[in-house]
Amino acid sequence: MIRSTHLPLMVTLATFVLAYALCAAQYPAMLSTRVVANLLTDNAFLGIVAVGMTFVILSGGIDLSVGSVIAFTGVFLAVVLRDTSMHPLTAFALVLAITTGFGAAMGATIHYLEMPPFIVTLAGMFLARGAAYVLSTDSVPITHEFYDTLQDIYWKAPGGGRFRLIGGLMILTFIAGALIAHRTRFGQNVYGLGGGAQTARLMGVPLASTTVGIYAISGGLAGLSGIVFSLYTSAGYSLATVGVELDAIAAVVIGGTLLSGGYGFVAGTFFGILIMGLIQTYIVFDGTLSSWWTKIVIGALLFAFILLQKGLTWATTTRRKRATGSAQPS
Amino acid sequence: MSATTPSLLKRITPQLIILAVVLGLNVLVFPDFFDVSFRNGRIFGNLVDVFNRGAPVALLCIGMTLVIATKGIDLSVGAVMAIAGATAASLVTEGHGWGTALIGALATGLLCGLWNGVLVAVLRIQPIVATLVLMVAGRGIAQLITEGTILTFNNEGLIRLGAGTVLGIPTPIVIWLALGTLATLAVRRTALGMLIEAIGVNEASSRLAGINSRVLLICVYLASGLCAALAGVIVAADIKGADANNAGLWLELDAILAVVIGGNSLLGGRFSIVASLIGALIIQSVNSVILLSGMPPEFNLVIKALLILAILVIQSPKIGHLIYMLRASGPESLPERPKPAPSKAPGDSTS
Repeated sequence: MIRSTHLPLMVTLATFVLAYALCAAQYPAMLSTRVVANLLTDNAFLGIVAVGMTFVILSGGIDLSVGSVIAFTGVFLAVVLRDTSMHPLTAFALVLAITTGFGAAMGATIHYLEMPPFIVTLAGMFLARGAAYVLSTDSVPITHEFYDTLQDIYWKAPGGGRFRLIGGLMILTFIAGALIAHRTRFGQNVYGLGGGAQTARLMGVPLASTTVGIYAISGGLAGLSGIVFSLYTSAGYSLATVGVELDAIAAVVIGGTLLSGGYGFVAGTFFGILIMGLIQTYIVFDGTLSSWWTKIVIGALLFAFILLQKGLTWATTTRRKRATGSAQPS
Repeated sequence: MSATTPSLLKRITPQLIILAVVLGLNVLVFPDFFDVSFRNGRIFGNLVDVFNRGAPVALLCIGMTLVIATKGIDLSVGAVMAIAGATAASLVTEGHGWGTALIGALATGLLCGLWNGVLVAVLRIQPIVATLVLMVAGRGIAQLITEGTILTFNNEGLIRLGAGTVLGIPTPIVIWLALGTLATLAVRRTALGMLIEAIGVNEASSRLAGINSRVLLICVYLASGLCAALAGVIVAADIKGADANNAGLWLELDAILAVVIGGNSLLGGRFSIVASLIGALIIQSVNSVILLSGMPPEFNLVIKALLILAILVIQSPKIGHLIYMLRASGPESLPERPKPAPSKAPGDSTS
């Protein structure tokens, strides 16, 4: 019998493999390394931010601010590189510090003022987007030789696929995220918090530092994602990446993480991202389907995975009830 | 029922103070703000504009208040607006009358509400997740209806819903005032409001007390869908076209914000539609201040964010507790002192 704890992850993986096989059967070119490399490159910024979102959702929270933080990072970098002679690496460090601090501040607000994460990060979303507008409402191009150097780093695979730096960075982020989630005390605390704040407190989880840490990670990764996005587009635009938070949440859910928290895998999110990227690639290959089908298919997938989660939770509770032999009121 | 009026007034006092402060700021930056003139058979004025432009959010927040009172949330209203607007526009361009278009749009809104309601009430999915599905897929569906274009129309009747007047008053104002009154009467003159509050406070016990929470929850989401559809039609009629990408974009957040500014807890329970409507007016007045003062509109979002934060801090249970403790430890405090209700002094700290 398959362990039900791994079932959602398996379903996600199976969905991805099946979808890829179907796509490849129709368009054999989908198997080329170019498509694979582009899948990684095009979804790099989304993947990085989804790692942070996985932590937030595992803890039972939500972070709506990430899309705006990405846009803010891009505009900030563009403006700083245009107006000052700062080296991009210094600017990267500065912007990462800002976004991590921003996330930590939201986490502190959520914890110390006992406010729902939804509304706090909503305020953060307005604030970050507003800050981006204040910096510049135009799209600011980034022309710095260091950017060209970074963009020219790639590994050319046989078949012509170019695995670029940002795709590799995404994979590294996923590995680091998985290690933190499953192999450190902080990761266990995140899972504990997702199981319920009350129980977590009784278990001795430091609620304050964990909550602040989770949102700091999410903010910091949104900043990293913004850096990647600016490398990807070579520009900073305050209207960019609107709604990325929804894509990230969708990827996390499709990846099998329970939205109520406490259960899920960072690796699942990776396949969630790949499935969403695959849908877009398929639509590009097809050429006749319109882009709005992406949204509908992602919505349908989201629905299917939520139903799956619901069914699993229901199945486990009934089994547990039968095992204990008592019908406890839910 | 005369006893309810003073308590309502007491309930909405903080909101009224904030509104007065923001309107006062409007007068500061634009002295003729309160001037209302009557020309060409309709009233004009900045204040009228605040009421008129605030109509979509006001409509949305009527439904949103009810949903939030049941401890839920409806993220899909923006997408439902886009779908309803697209439906109305496509029906009109196919040659149907404006009545059919309006009914069609409202029916789509109800259908969307039914979908959300079934997911929440029958399948027991958390509201934020359940409505996220439609929020993600909804704009795609709307684009499917408009076939990816901005569907423009020239139907007089439909346009009148967004840009026309009734007795000199712009139609959107009449619609949201009427719907707001209707909804308030429906929940306050019957037991409906109390039942909804009971679900929000504790659904399990409300069910044990004999409330059919499943049907009520579905009804609440139906109401939200209906309000969103109406708002979508108004927005589409206003620009004489249905824009599947931008109609109602992020309005769900404004609607939630209006409900929160209205002093309703996101954790469900007691609610006030009137306070939410004032919240919607506050948001619109803030927009108006920013526009009239000639400040760059870039600051709009920052100011809005700071406003939410200020209001949230005031409403936060921790701060309420802190104020309570401070008062209790004061020198002349009496042990019988009535417990002060939270969020009582927002006037000075938010302005």
